[in-house]
Amino acid sequence: MKAVLNNRLLWPILVLLALLIATRLQAPNFFEIRVVRGNLFGSLINIARNTAPTLLVGLGMTLVIATRGIDLSVGAVAAISGAAATMFLQGTNEPNRIVNVLCAVGIGLGLAVLAGAWNGFLVTVVGIQPIIATLVLMTAGRGLAQLITDEQIITVHSQPYKLIGGGYWLGLPFSIILACAIFVLTALLTRRTALGVLLESVGVNPEASRLAGVRSRSITWTVYIICAVFAGLAGLMITSNATAADPNGTGQFLEIDAILAVVIGGTSLAGGRFSLGGTLVGAFIIQTMTTMILTLGIAPEITLVYKAAIVAVVCLIQSQEARALVGRLIFQRPERDTAEPPAAVDQDGEITAVAVDATELVAVASDVTGEP
Amino acid sequence: MSAPAAAVEARSSQLTAIREPRYWARYLPVTATGVLLLVAIAIGAGLYDRFLTGQVLANVLITNSHLIVLAVGMTFVILTGGIDLSVGAVVALSAMIASKLLSSGWTAPAAIPVVLVTGSLLGLLVGLMIHYFKIQPFIATLAAMFLARGLCYVISIESIPIRDPFYVTMSRYRIKIFPDTTVTPAVFIALAVVAIGFFVLHKTRFGRTVYAIGGGESSASLMGLPVPRAKIGVYVVSGFCASLASLLYTFNAVQSGNPLHAIGMELDAIAAVAIGGTLLSGGYGFVIGSLLGVLVLGTISSLVKFNGTLNSGWTRITTGLLVLVFIVMQRLLTLGRRREG
Repeated sequence: MKAVLNNRLLWPILVLLALLIATRLQAPNFFEIRVVRGNLFGSLINIARNTAPTLLVGLGMTLVIATRGIDLSVGAVAAISGAAATMFLQGTNEPNRIVNVLCAVGIGLGLAVLAGAWNGFLVTVVGIQPIIATLVLMTAGRGLAQLITDEQIITVHSQPYKLIGGGYWLGLPFSIILACAIFVLTALLTRRTALGVLLESVGVNPEASRLAGVRSRSITWTVYIICAVFAGLAGLMITSNATAADPNGTGQFLEIDAILAVVIGGTSLAGGRFSLGGTLVGAFIIQTMTTMILTLGIAPEITLVYKAAIVAVVCLIQSQEARALVGRLIFQRPERDTAEPPAAVDQDGEITAVAVDATELVAVASDVTGEP
Repeated sequence: MSAPAAAVEARSSQLTAIREPRYWARYLPVTATGVLLLVAIAIGAGLYDRFLTGQVLANVLITNSHLIVLAVGMTFVILTGGIDLSVGAVVALSAMIASKLLSSGWTAPAAIPVVLVTGSLLGLLVGLMIHYFKIQPFIATLAAMFLARGLCYVISIESIPIRDPFYVTMSRYRIKIFPDTTVTPAVFIALAVVAIGFFVLHKTRFGRTVYAIGGGESSASLMGLPVPRAKIGVYVVSGFCASLASLLYTFNAVQSGNPLHAIGMELDAIAAVAIGGTLLSGGYGFVIGSLLGVLVLGTISSLVKFNGTLNSGWTRITTGLLVLVFIVMQRLLTLGRRREG
């Protein structure tokens, strides 16, 4: 029981379940899943499909944030990849040929690799702060996407291309299968090999990691490339699902949703530890929230207010100062507060557990980096 | 952070003292921005006969007056080593509040103070979160951005036109500065904000504390400077500037409140500050540089407009590249001054 309570994923999962149940109470057919021509349809399936791009970008972002970086350019990279792929398909005579679609995907992802290499170059070789270095591509990248499409919104009609973001495979949306496969692969690579620990050690102290023999520069560089490739793939999914590429609209606020998913999932922006599972849950929470608001008939734009509240609460839970404040409020006046609801005590128990957890992790990571 | 890490920090700050840029180097980025502006204008004059007229240059000031005010507020924040992503959304929210109040019968002299106070309060909230709960400026202002943008939609999902006589006067009124060159009152407001910003940063305790925080927050605290007040203060300044910028924005360009206004404007402001030669990790920079930065961006976008056939993507690409050039230049000037953090 204690292991369950101490699990960092507990609260995000509870929030996700609460959101799902709350929506179910308001909209009785929310959990309904129909089978039409062998494919599954329903609100939950839609949530899964629309989560795929955020999840992918969130995964890349998690790795970048683990190294104490951040990548603001993912939305722009998604726009570039989507624009290039659809432009290529529009230019060919046979957009339905598999070879052409593969070429388009290759072009899109190739450009993403270049974008990631550029970000990595600025961060590792030139030594610019990540937030500023990726800001350059965030601004210029949209301009590049505009150049690619000549400021037009490009529509694309290609059956195989449609599969990436809007199609079905084995009865499920292809995009979520792809995203989950990549999730599993990333999780295996980082948690079953030493890569994850190396990433975290770079995040705790890049210089100490380098002295300890970790190749922090190439690791950081690789992570930015991976993040950009995931962003490019997300761009392909978005343009494929919408059958159009809009240089200004594709992937707008994608960086923010991705960072939000990472933060909700419990990965600290200070770097040094990360939770891929948390990002998975975080991405689903964001999409469920959006769908919930649509289902409940509230103006969808108001989602932003809820997102603000969630960011604020999650950050306050992560903030030691806020935890200390809550601790003082609850523990300094025990006589008067005997009627304190048990929920608050529970919450504090969980919060203390996180603090212990974080200290341990720093200690472990410091050992790894060879800090005396 | 463990004790050895603190020792490393201390050692690197000793190195800082040795590698402090030479005196003239402080003014090099701003000078470079000034030269860049002249070059941009010269290119325009070389390419187009009618570019080098007073009115074209005055129009750069007129259409960017709101951005100048935003950039001044952003300079304060960036000088402390922070960042404010919420300014674009605060511009939109302020315009929404103003248009809603005006359309429900308020007069302009009553509505404008409300708008300015709202922006400042939002900034205060962000500043408190950043200082007392140690939340990173990036995240705290991101939350504020969501909140402000979301509140816009709570007020109205559709655009609300502004037909208040004061606003109409402010947008139509022209002040003659040269025989054939006129500007709007907004330009004077913007330039006054730059002047006040300059005065506050260089002649007041608050301003000196702002620079000191950017140079090193713990040293500023140890020196007994009022760090909390200044650190929260810069976000209040930024919030106030954002709502003032929204007034100029509604005067000049749009005459309405719309939740979709000013999306991405925070990026323009940050870019202008960076191009203006302010070190994005804090401690070095001038509001004059930010003014020049805005003018450089404005001149480039009017060059693109003069051409007519050029893809507007080029404006963004040039902006990104200029930001890069200035960051790399700063990096070279202050090489080794501080490791990326």
